[in-house]
Amino acid sequence: MTALAHQFFTEPSPVTDCAVSVRNVGKVYAGVVTALENINVDFPRGQLTSLLGPSGCGKTTLLKIIAGLLPATSGEVLVNDLPVAGPGPERAFVFQDFALMPWANVLRNVAFGLEMRGIAKSEREEIARSHIAQVGLAGFEARYPHELSGGMRQRVGLARALAVNADVLLMDEPFSAVDEQIRRKFQEDLLTLIAREKRTFIFVTHSIEEAVYVSDRIVLLSARPGRIAQIIEPAIERGGDPDAIRRHPAYLDTVDAIWQSLKTYLE
Amino acid sequence: MIVFGHRIPMTGSLLLWALLWEIVGQLKLTILLPPLSRVVLRAFEIVPTETFLSAFAVTASAFVAGNLIAILVGVPLGILMGSSVVADRIFLPWVNLFLSAPLTALVPVIMVLFGLGQTTIILTVVLFAIWIIVLDTRAGVRSISPSLIEMAASFGAGRWQTFRKIYVWAALPEILAGIRLGVIRSVKGVIIGQLLVSIVGFGALFKLYGSRFLMEHFWAVLIVLFALAFALAEAFAWLERRVEFYAATRG
Repeated sequence: MTALAHQFFTEPSPVTDCAVSVRNVGKVYAGVVTALENINVDFPRGQLTSLLGPSGCGKTTLLKIIAGLLPATSGEVLVNDLPVAGPGPERAFVFQDFALMPWANVLRNVAFGLEMRGIAKSEREEIARSHIAQVGLAGFEARYPHELSGGMRQRVGLARALAVNADVLLMDEPFSAVDEQIRRKFQEDLLTLIAREKRTFIFVTHSIEEAVYVSDRIVLLSARPGRIAQIIEPAIERGGDPDAIRRHPAYLDTVDAIWQSLKTYLE
Repeated sequence: MIVFGHRIPMTGSLLLWALLWEIVGQLKLTILLPPLSRVVLRAFEIVPTETFLSAFAVTASAFVAGNLIAILVGVPLGILMGSSVVADRIFLPWVNLFLSAPLTALVPVIMVLFGLGQTTIILTVVLFAIWIIVLDTRAGVRSISPSLIEMAASFGAGRWQTFRKIYVWAALPEILAGIRLGVIRSVKGVIIGQLLVSIVGFGALFKLYGSRFLMEHFWAVLIVLFALAFALAEAFAWLERRVEFYAATRG
């Protein structure tokens, strides 16, 4: 497979400045089910790295360990060179099912992270308003989640994660619960966001196309027990027209090469 | 209900029974059942009296105090049980036992322990109200989407903040349902307590009117009490409907 499309993506270059570093991490559930085994991977600062793999490969588990929501059975995670013992202000999480508080309006939902940090109401609402505008929801501050579409709800989830100004954004299949057209729009918006924000993104997805489209770096995980199968960097220029990427030969060939590689785990 | 092509509201059946009561009462078949009209008139006569108002005050204070204790203990206990397997294992059998137990039989035990006063009445109210509040709260907590809890944790919420900002609100529809059912049960609790202690509040009134065969008085107080309990339950049902929208859209 490396021979097949070697010019279109490269083996990983050594990471010099990593925001998150995962060292020898393993996860065993209930003492019997091995979800992750000996994971070693660095996440370069200011880039988007995807965790991609078949369902049940432990990609979400790895993301939650990085978030500090789940303890690792072995190994450790370093964020900005400090070991993770739980959730921290330098990381923010975007949930697959949005995880919005249905009893709170958009403004309160977006300000929730700031509220937990004890920031005064007027100040946190001001910050929240600017992030709501940034994700294109200005005018919806007083609406409740059940009044919004799925796509709009995830924008709220994204604004909430951006509002706390974390270095690392952890996204767990953030677009899988929205419909196809909205998803493509989201993927384009995400590229704009990465270019603007200069933050580190760790992005879990089961969609090969999505991973190749948005990622600087893709970590391929094998089926359970999850191990790192391969790390690749798609050689795609993301500066110009977002639609051009989907027609780019490097995009198409990388998608195909990953598919050929993942296919072996499905049999 | 549709009769001869006309829509009859639910209150229609109530009117029918009221009419039947009036007829039976007017026929003077039994001393136990005076006509409804006289009972209603008697109700208007009794309510402003000192006897009634003081009985109401003492009953209401026991009722409110008992329910407050039941809510303040029951809701946190339900949340604890809903969120911790260990706590659930420890408390659930007892909660289920007390929920179905004939609680009236326990009132004399409380009487022995706490005497014939207001404390016993309050504890009886708690005993009647608390179990359903615990169980409903527990059910509400168990239906919270786990990602909402993870969300709070990921933004650094502590135990107390998660309790206050997430659990209570997310389980609110079920908590209110539990409180409504608890309130209905504790109407029984407060009257049973008073009847058994028999020297205070409405219980004393019932004993008095019953023993002197003042049936108009007896029924009048009973109707007022029914109306109060019904209004209270409806008020909670209204509150419940206001938060119901998010029980369905949770997660």
